[in-house]
Amino acid sequence: MTSMAILTIFALSIFVGFEVVSKVSTTLHTPLMSGANAIHGIILVGAIMVADGATSTLETSLAIAAVLLATINMVGGFVVTDRMLEMFKGKPKAPKVSKDAEAAK
Amino acid sequence: MNKNIYELLGLVVALSFILALKGLSAPKTARRGNLIGAGGATLATIVVFFAPLGVGKSHHNTILILAAIAIGVLVGVPAARKIQMTQMPQLVALFNGVGGGAAALVATAEYLNLGAGASKAEVVATVFTVIVGCTSFSGSVITFLKLQELMTTRPVVFPGGRFVIAATLAGVLGTGGWTISSGGNTPLLVMGGLALLFGVLFVLPVGGADVPIVISLLNAFTGLTVAASGYVLQSTLLIVAGTLVGASGTILTRKMAEAMGRSLFGTLFGAFTAKPQEAAGAAETRSVKSGSPDDVAILLNYAQRVVIVPGFGLAVAQAQHTVRELADMLAAKGIDVAYGIHPVAGRMPGHMNVLLAEANVPYEQLVEMDEVNPTFPQTDVVLVVGANDVVNPAAKTTPGCPIYGMPILDVSEAGNVIFLKRSMRPGFAGIENELLYDAKTTLLFGDAKDSLTKVVSALKAL
Repeated sequence: MTSMAILTIFALSIFVGFEVVSKVSTTLHTPLMSGANAIHGIILVGAIMVADGATSTLETSLAIAAVLLATINMVGGFVVTDRMLEMFKGKPKAPKVSKDAEAAK
Repeated sequence: MNKNIYELLGLVVALSFILALKGLSAPKTARRGNLIGAGGATLATIVVFFAPLGVGKSHHNTILILAAIAIGVLVGVPAARKIQMTQMPQLVALFNGVGGGAAALVATAEYLNLGAGASKAEVVATVFTVIVGCTSFSGSVITFLKLQELMTTRPVVFPGGRFVIAATLAGVLGTGGWTISSGGNTPLLVMGGLALLFGVLFVLPVGGADVPIVISLLNAFTGLTVAASGYVLQSTLLIVAGTLVGASGTILTRKMAEAMGRSLFGTLFGAFTAKPQEAAGAAETRSVKSGSPDDVAILLNYAQRVVIVPGFGLAVAQAQHTVRELADMLAAKGIDVAYGIHPVAGRMPGHMNVLLAEANVPYEQLVEMDEVNPTFPQTDVVLVVGANDVVNPAAKTTPGCPIYGMPILDVSEAGNVIFLKRSMRPGFAGIENELLYDAKTTLLFGDAKDSLTKVVSALKAL
């Protein structure tokens, strides 16, 4: 890959990153932070690549430690974000259901 | 696997992350967004095992890698599933820290692997990753300790501290330059050590309300380290994903700082400008008015409008269901009930919304700060449940105190203020609250859930 191509990807990604979160509501700050946190757990892919190509014991140890930490970051991050968002689920429906229940009576 | 297919799948994953972030910024799509991101990440992890290799190369250490992933899942998933809602912020901080640590390790291992064959640009990217990754790691560990209250939550400032921090930063940059110019392993090692120290020193002077901003900032930093390792590893996916997190994290940090009325600059460079605070004043001897659950029930019963202000104490006591029971009872009596939600009540922005949503509090009753503030003069009773700093008038009246300038809920405008508190201990920011001594304030001491339960039964007896 040429440096110019990398720079282009980098610059465009910055603008996409700015753009996608520009309208987030205060309520979602924490889950969004947590979700973004899980996404950078993608360093796991880098850790696997390095572990895969490691040639010395030291390299292997460092890379395997990185795989472990990155997995915790990625898997834990997505699970904890989901748990936060689970709390929001069905909120608009809850009062409606009770009204229906009353109407049924 | 064919190289084109491999890269195409990488593009799919990158797009899934964009969709994930986009989804996460709107309430309706948030959960789906997170699942899309998780799906993308899983796909990327599977695909990388089938990455096309150069001629004559083979895959190494596959068993070890799979074992490490298995252990990581066994550690990460239960931690994320069993954590109490109150402890989520520190868990996010910890996850961020291990991500930063992983990036630093990846860059170091690749640096060793490339040896003398590394190009200048690759060494620069490595140096950046190791510095920022190590800073993010140790900084996140300190925020974790602060939020878990394993160490003091107040800013830690020692005389001459800013010179020590400046010297450490100069040392980090100096050894960085040394690594870039001479290569070799020793400079990188020294640099990593200094960066770890810098992370600790950087976060120590940050107090109370600024901790969430720092977590968000470190999160953005970690994103950038992932992008830099992507450059070293020639992985477009890592560059895109890391940059996305870095950019969106920066915007998010700025938005959080705005919501709290904090200057981002002040938070960032607090470490360099913080002065040792004067020791807390002499023990307070002024009297406060404390009431019984019956007094509180009577006040509430004859009110026309009640605003409930929840804070971290509500989260600690797990009192969200009890508070909802009380609110429902009041509403059944024809009293106008609303929750005044400060954006940073609790330990993180949106913490209270998540907690009250868990108790199925109707969304319309959650009123944000800007909307609820003008209604306080028409409010008869404000019930402050385990909140302190977010209603502390010192934010308006005492220049120089750590929360000065933070927008607060103007509960002192209301007819009566009831505080449910565990003790007279000040809030997270460690500042005395004048409002507690005000004539219109009634205090009910005890665990928020116990107190609320007693108030509910007193109200039933009326």
